[in-house]
Amino acid sequence: MNVLEVEGLTKIFGDFTAVDHISFTVPEGEIFGFLGPNGAGKSTTIKMLTTILNPTSGEARVCGYDIVRERDEVRRNIGIVFQDPSTDRFLTGRENLRYHAVMYHLSPKEIEERIDEVLDLLELRGREDTPINDCSTGIQRRFEVARGFLTHPRLLFLDEPTIGLDMQARKRLWSYIDKLRKEEITILLTTHYIEEADYLCDRVGIIDHGKIVAIDTPQNLKHVAGSEVVRVEVANGQGTKFADALRAVDWITAIEYDGHEMRLSVVGGERRIPEVLAVASQTGTPITSVELVRPSLEDAFLYYTGKTIREEEGSMQDLMRTRMRKRR
Amino acid sequence: MENATVSRGSRVSRLIDPLPIYIMWLREMKRMFRVKARLISNLLMPVLFLAFLGLPLSMVSMNGSEMFGLPPGVDFLDFLAPGIIGMTILFSSLMGGASVVWDKEFGFLKEVMVAPVSRFSILLGRQAGAMTISIGQALIILLIATLMGVNLQNSPVVLLSIVFMVLTSATFMGLGLILATKLGEMEGFMAILSLFQMPLFFMSVALFPLDLMPKWLGYIICLNPFTYGVDGMRGALVGISTFPLLLDLGVIFAWAAVLAGLGTHFFSTMEAD
Repeated sequence: MNVLEVEGLTKIFGDFTAVDHISFTVPEGEIFGFLGPNGAGKSTTIKMLTTILNPTSGEARVCGYDIVRERDEVRRNIGIVFQDPSTDRFLTGRENLRYHAVMYHLSPKEIEERIDEVLDLLELRGREDTPINDCSTGIQRRFEVARGFLTHPRLLFLDEPTIGLDMQARKRLWSYIDKLRKEEITILLTTHYIEEADYLCDRVGIIDHGKIVAIDTPQNLKHVAGSEVVRVEVANGQGTKFADALRAVDWITAIEYDGHEMRLSVVGGERRIPEVLAVASQTGTPITSVELVRPSLEDAFLYYTGKTIREEEGSMQDLMRTRMRKRR
Repeated sequence: MENATVSRGSRVSRLIDPLPIYIMWLREMKRMFRVKARLISNLLMPVLFLAFLGLPLSMVSMNGSEMFGLPPGVDFLDFLAPGIIGMTILFSSLMGGASVVWDKEFGFLKEVMVAPVSRFSILLGRQAGAMTISIGQALIILLIATLMGVNLQNSPVVLLSIVFMVLTSATFMGLGLILATKLGEMEGFMAILSLFQMPLFFMSVALFPLDLMPKWLGYIICLNPFTYGVDGMRGALVGISTFPLLLDLGVIFAWAAVLAGLGTHFFSTMEAD
């Protein structure tokens, strides 16, 4: 069963199309991730799906409920961890959790049980009675995730869950999100961190300029982006004979040679390196270095958008800045 | 698990949702007591007004209260105290009304807005909290004023002042809410707010009697809703009033209904983001 079904969802602000006719589905139990630079339309999409913004056109159903016509039902079935902090800084973690539970109509008995449960799950014991203001950013973020999960939503939205965290706190949060997977929950997350999408997601949607340019498992996305490459440096431009010999090998799909560096697209990974070296010694080719390069999700992003995610970021930020200025 | 899913789907959010309203009220109380500096600064200004404006002028007025346009034998401090209580309510209510939208700055508004609770209940909870704080502060000032020697009326009419406090608070929470929903995203919103609160306070009968004011200012004073709130509180607390109490009650009630109603409407149709 699909927990989320989106069809032609669009949001236009003035003359700027933030989200441009996107369609996708998320089956129950999956961790689905939107990967894209800032300003690609990830947060706007989440805002529409969580009923904060109305779509300009298109439709979406969360657990079968329409996001515009059946808002209350949608809200009851989802949990949200916003990109920006949204806990009350003057209240303690426990008070924030209790506030949330009451707003979602949990019974007093359920409230205490669930709070205990999420405190254990996210290892927040001992921090629950400290005002949020006095907690570290990592702990604050964990309380937000705990709150999002508190009502046992069927679909949990995580909007840039680890933004602003250092690498250690980020990895820690990843392991907690991974733990939620066992709780029969469906998760939709957005991120502009390649490693995050790669580590956490069952499927990734690459989103750029408001459009989904590709949806697949991280493995398949990488595979389409390119095969594994054995990079061989040949001394003194003596590689022609070597290249000719390699052309006869069936597990090499392509050879690029610029007189110095040779790139062999291979099937089979690192165990092909000795075989390449064997051919080199047969042909008497002096090799100075060998390296296996695997395609990353970064390559997939480059393949589908024509840019690296960092280049994108720069240009989008400029664009947003000019747009903000215009609005003032 | 099966049951939980069924009960989730079957509930429609009610216009008035008691437990969420209560927890929102509770949050306001906790915040108030946790930010002690704000609590103290909110009480400090009215006390300073009473001590450094009320007491000296009260001594001057002993030589002739006519000088202040007061009836013979009336102590100026008795006249001023209800005005200062009104001021406490005016300032804290404007701020309290605006704070619902102001939560946006701190991100908490989104958490509230996506909960399955009606906007009307959200507003009720928040405003009940703000009103409790506002009137609580006013009562503390009233207590301090009586300790300073203000003579309250010896009659149950004194209790009517609470009604005026509630209506005055509702009026200006409504105004604060309207300003915040319409201008809240502007830079320097706090400055805009004080641009409203200062004239509302000074162009009223809070500090001096109407008769003492120039005629042109008198017209403005009569248009100011705050005038009727303060005049009603004064009439109820110390028995001096410019207008009949019933007129005060009618006018401030009408203002409260219009401004709070309009504020509620704007809040209900506001986008959460």
